[in-house]
Amino acid sequence: MSALTPELERKLGIAVERMPAFPRSVQRILELTRNINCLPKELVAVIEKDPVMTMKILKVINSAYYSLPSKITSVSQSVVYLGINTIKNLALGFAAVGILPRMNAAGFDVQRYLLHSLVVGGAARQLATQFAKGEVDPGDCYIAGLLHDFGKVVFAQFLATEFRNALLHSVEHAVPLHEAEKIAIGVDHGPVGAMLAKRWAFPDHLVDCIRDHHSPSAEPSAMMDCLRVADQVVRFRDIGDSGNPWRESEAPAAPQRFGDDMEAIVMKLGSLDKLVEDAMAFAQVGKE
Amino acid sequence: MKVRFWGVRGSIPSPGPQTLRYGGNTTCIEVRSDEGALIILDAGTGIFPLAQELLKQMPVKANVFITHTHWDHIHGLPFFTPLYIPGNAVRILGGYDVVSGRGIDQVMEVQLQYSYFPVREAEMRANIEYETLTVGEPVNVADATVTPLMLNHPVVDYGYRVDCNGKSVFFTGDHEPWLNIYAPDDEGYAEFQQMVEMQQGQLDRALAGLDVLIADSSYTAAEYPTKIGWGHGTLEGNIAWARRLGVKKLVCTHHEPTRSDDDLERAFIAAMEDAGYVPGRAGEPEIVLSREGMELVL
Repeated sequence: MSALTPELERKLGIAVERMPAFPRSVQRILELTRNINCLPKELVAVIEKDPVMTMKILKVINSAYYSLPSKITSVSQSVVYLGINTIKNLALGFAAVGILPRMNAAGFDVQRYLLHSLVVGGAARQLATQFAKGEVDPGDCYIAGLLHDFGKVVFAQFLATEFRNALLHSVEHAVPLHEAEKIAIGVDHGPVGAMLAKRWAFPDHLVDCIRDHHSPSAEPSAMMDCLRVADQVVRFRDIGDSGNPWRESEAPAAPQRFGDDMEAIVMKLGSLDKLVEDAMAFAQVGKE
Repeated sequence: MKVRFWGVRGSIPSPGPQTLRYGGNTTCIEVRSDEGALIILDAGTGIFPLAQELLKQMPVKANVFITHTHWDHIHGLPFFTPLYIPGNAVRILGGYDVVSGRGIDQVMEVQLQYSYFPVREAEMRANIEYETLTVGEPVNVADATVTPLMLNHPVVDYGYRVDCNGKSVFFTGDHEPWLNIYAPDDEGYAEFQQMVEMQQGQLDRALAGLDVLIADSSYTAAEYPTKIGWGHGTLEGNIAWARRLGVKKLVCTHHEPTRSDDDLERAFIAAMEDAGYVPGRAGEPEIVLSREGMELVL
């Protein structure tokens, strides 16, 4: 299969609309909404941990009908704009689609993927606060982390055979997964996630980050730096699983703003234990 | 520009001796531009008596702006008799509903399901057009301009600002001022508060220079704590808002259906006293309760 054809773009765009959300969030949304007086902040806390629900909310809020003065990148902002009841009913609609099965024909574990996304998001937010204050909104970095690998879960759901081949190729030939995806699918998860984000009118900086997080030659930005370093830290520590078995033999160089020393960043970032623990509970992934 | 109130009640029609003075019909406001173009804000049961009046002025060319699709704002629509008469033109305009993923074109289709209403939309003989509006993008109606603005209610609610030859009126539809979902000691409080203030600021800026504010004033401040999140405003909150905007006139509407005329007046007077409102004092807006049949000339 060649790169992203307009036909594939269209097909994936429609498919994602029907994509179910993660088990824990579906369960929590159903539990919370049984009580008419459920706390809005509890709903927000669930939605913003689910890449599928977050993706869908941002799609709605950035739609042309609301011609917002600036694009919206957070679930909280969406709540202010659309009202908590509308967000609640949207979430219920997402929950009604069903539950994303943990395993799929591609052999990609979506719950470990969720753990990876949550921790990368949390770490990217923390990095933005510590290393890029005033340059980038930490909330945007969280969203970038949560959604950066969204293309993979789309592959696993809708191009399962090709993605399975990519996963196998990556292991057998010891190459990074995004390289294997290019061979097996014709395009890697970055451009596919970005295509969806662009189709749904997400802000450009978020689209760029999703598209280019594996392209070293891409235009640097504070958000991209935070995302890449968070991704490296998390993979370095073997938290969750993005499906990518590739590990650099030593810590990669960090972008300049972080002082070029990965070990020092990890030190300064401090313990991610609380973040990991919360993410594990939500992703329903036990200690392995 | 003229503004006439045909329905002022919230939630459910409330006819009876208790509501004779202010009226029991649900929301419907007629706005006439200087040239006489007809703008109707919402299609609650008040649209039915308006329809009777319009039948004397055929053919009818109406622009019906729906603030939101809750029953009390649309349930007069199938009884808007000009819809049934060939030669009339009815344009129905409103917002995009994110939950159903549909525009305003579904408003009658949903209402007119055969088990619930005997006439199908295809049987209505007027020329009916639908227009789903984009927030902030003005729509021209003859010499008037109508601008939809996003407000806060359990369903997408557009408030409409109508401008005509330098005069302006804004109707909120149903609206509860944005509020923080976090408690002050929660982590997300400050960030959310900033977003809430930004949203209010944007609305206030869009209402700059406004002459008349017609606002959802369902509750009193004392009643509000048990109604948080229901999507309605308070008399006291709207007095403060009208002062902040510097409008000439505030019309409090969407009266609580269980409130009798006497209770409504008592609540209104108490709210003005609490706000330290002195009628006629320089800089103060004029404040009135909406009443069926009331007409404002701007």
